[in-house]
Amino acid sequence: MDDSPRLKIPEPRFKPGDDPDFSGIEIPAPGDTRRPDVDAEPREMRDLADGLIRVLGDDNKATGPWQSELTATQLLKGLTDMMRVREFDRRMMAAQRQGKTSFYMQCTGEEAISCAFRTAMADTDMNFPTYRQQGLLIAHGYPLVDMMNQVYSNEEDPIKGRQLPIMYSSREHGFFTISGNLATQFIQAVGWAMAASIKGENHIAAGWIGDGATAESDFHSAMVFASTFQAPVVLNIVNNQWAISSPQSLARGRADTFAVKGIGFGIPALRVDGNDYLACHSVALWALERARRGLGPTLIEWVTYRTAAHSSSDDPSAYRPPNEAANWPLGDPIERLADHLIELGEWSIEQHQDLADQIEEEVRVAQAEAESHGTLHEGPKPTRDIFEGVYEKIPPHLQKQRDLLEGMTWRE
Amino acid sequence: MARMTMIESIRDAHFVSMEADDAVVVFGEDVGHFGGVFRCTQGLQERFGKHRCFDAPISELGIVGAAIGMAANGLRPCVEIQFADYMYPAYDQIVSEAARIRHRSVGDFTVPMTIRMPTGGGIYGGQTHSQSPEALFTHVSGLKTVVPSTPYDAKGLLLASIEDNDPVIFLEPKRLYNGPFDGHYDRPVVPWSKHESAEVPEGHYTVPLGKAVVRRPGADVTVLAYGTMVYVALAAAEESGIDAEVIDLRTLIPLDTELIIESVKKTGRCIVVHEATRTSGFGAELAAIVQEEAFFHLEAPIRRVTGWDTPYPHAQEWDYFPGPDRVRAVMSDVMEV
Ligand SMILES: Cc1ncc(C[n+]2csc(CCOP(=O)(O)OP(=O)(O)O)c2C)c(N)n1
Ligand SMILES: [Mg+2]
Repeated sequence: MDDSPRLKIPEPRFKPGDDPDFSGIEIPAPGDTRRPDVDAEPREMRDLADGLIRVLGDDNKATGPWQSELTATQLLKGLTDMMRVREFDRRMMAAQRQGKTSFYMQCTGEEAISCAFRTAMADTDMNFPTYRQQGLLIAHGYPLVDMMNQVYSNEEDPIKGRQLPIMYSSREHGFFTISGNLATQFIQAVGWAMAASIKGENHIAAGWIGDGATAESDFHSAMVFASTFQAPVVLNIVNNQWAISSPQSLARGRADTFAVKGIGFGIPALRVDGNDYLACHSVALWALERARRGLGPTLIEWVTYRTAAHSSSDDPSAYRPPNEAANWPLGDPIERLADHLIELGEWSIEQHQDLADQIEEEVRVAQAEAESHGTLHEGPKPTRDIFEGVYEKIPPHLQKQRDLLEGMTWRE
Repeated sequence: MARMTMIESIRDAHFVSMEADDAVVVFGEDVGHFGGVFRCTQGLQERFGKHRCFDAPISELGIVGAAIGMAANGLRPCVEIQFADYMYPAYDQIVSEAARIRHRSVGDFTVPMTIRMPTGGGIYGGQTHSQSPEALFTHVSGLKTVVPSTPYDAKGLLLASIEDNDPVIFLEPKRLYNGPFDGHYDRPVVPWSKHESAEVPEGHYTVPLGKAVVRRPGADVTVLAYGTMVYVALAAAEESGIDAEVIDLRTLIPLDTELIIESVKKTGRCIVVHEATRTSGFGAELAAIVQEEAFFHLEAPIRRVTGWDTPYPHAQEWDYFPGPDRVRAVMSDVMEV
């Protein structure tokens, strides 16, 4: 081999067998990352793309310019939302393992981001989520039973068994139908926001994407359109460090952060501790206000860690050390918010246990109700009419195929 | 009644639809102030303002992806892809998104959107300005695919497409923009002003999606064609003396199977003509349908006259183009069986 330059093939920080030591990662204290005015020019905010907005410090106190005005009651709602998401995930993952459905995806460790963001949004706003934002539905009060019906593809499944588990859709709850094709929703969010502006409605769209999927062209198209037309959209990158087995550096390249990708587009870019509910809520409010005041898009990189496997089909022990999540320096969002409430004197270990028990019971009851409508392999199917809704009206060639299927004698 | 070119009638359809419905918005590369490279959107921005007709960045993915988001939010976008050859960056958004959103969300979200794109060759456009990708759309459930061949149809079909609540791919044979073209490239160009199908009524009318039309009644052989090939087939019929029945499909999905089968049952012979490459082209689908539904009426094998399975060449454009000589030869063949 001669000494000609070689490619750099990115490697994860740690591999199975390594002791994951994150001490090299610099975690700024709350207060280290400033809070610009909402109407500041993008070029005056470039430093924020390299920062890390935090409110909750290691001492469990809320400090710094991004401190939120959430009351103890609101914080408790946040805690409850996150605990509900986690318990929901736990039960549905177990149901998948019991063979009651084909597939499941958890968002363990990432609950603060979607729960806080949804709480900061208005009812008229619209999310274009990925499969890891179940918190957007749960924090908005979407019935757990309906979600489970979808996961089970049972007779009450709101989308009639047409999609993989967790690919929810609810216009009513500001949740665009999830696609299995990564990144497509990011540019659609920009279009939705442009339409709101064209119609003269002050409604905001929020696009969601994972660190890995930012490599898709859809991400870049969304950034161009959002910047060019100054659409009222908040563009969220959830950097949970992994894209299945690929480390986030594979999509990030030599950029220092994902947030800095906003700078070239002239889009203000913030980088946030995604395991800090208070910081998440505060930044969401800031970006949503910016959009609502007609000041254009914001890009947010939410720094978090995907504690669970990628999906029910994944085995992370093949590519990362088992204790990586435990060593992750930004901690766990539920524990951190609970500790903060305890620090405020608004919460206790006993109360926390009571709440956990109560949520466990609530989710158990919901699951029993959902299963009374069937699971993937048991009970009646949602509908056997797969031809309905391909088009608004069934065209002749589909009607013909439908008649063929109907007439087949092997069908019960 | 005014005679219009196909460009003028497409432009007119835009005016009529935008006048009737505030939800109709038009965007694409160079479509705003400039009015599009073929001028199909000229004057729209001036009349309806920059929020209803505007230029898009050069990102077909972005144009279609944004249009999907807009359609989901109550607008009725009619977007232009500058040439059909440039739709590939948008293909995922068309196939995986626009086409399936109604079904996958059980109607919770829908995509009433029209994607216009100039298609076909015969203009020395080389491989990047000549393609006919219709089969890449007809293969996708959830899309409608339309190909007009006259100024009258172009306006009526475009209005029907924009008003349709499903995504419609609207392929404009660019060789027909300024006049009918029968494939005799060495003869003088015939302008639309000399052609009666260029009579375009004022105001609103639609040509329904899913209805084909007989352009030339005949008894000997059914020729199925669309877009530019309609005129090629008509010329071949006149020049051969064979009494061909030429059907202009107008809409590929939904397809007017009834009219096709009725005709083949009458003539007993069928030729399928398209400019697109041959293998897995829409002609294969047509041939399959005809043999499934009219096999016992056939007196000869169904034949295809199509573009070759090569990239669309520049200098050798007429070697590629399935012109009237090739159609005529196949017509004589099937008559001899
Ligand atoms: C276009 C496309 N390519 C590949 C996949 C397969 N796939 C599903 S999830 C995933 C990883 C995505 O990682 P990231 O964007 O970081 O999101 P995360 O799963 O971490 O939330 C891949 C490769 C897909 N669904 N769509
Ligand atoms: Mg990821």
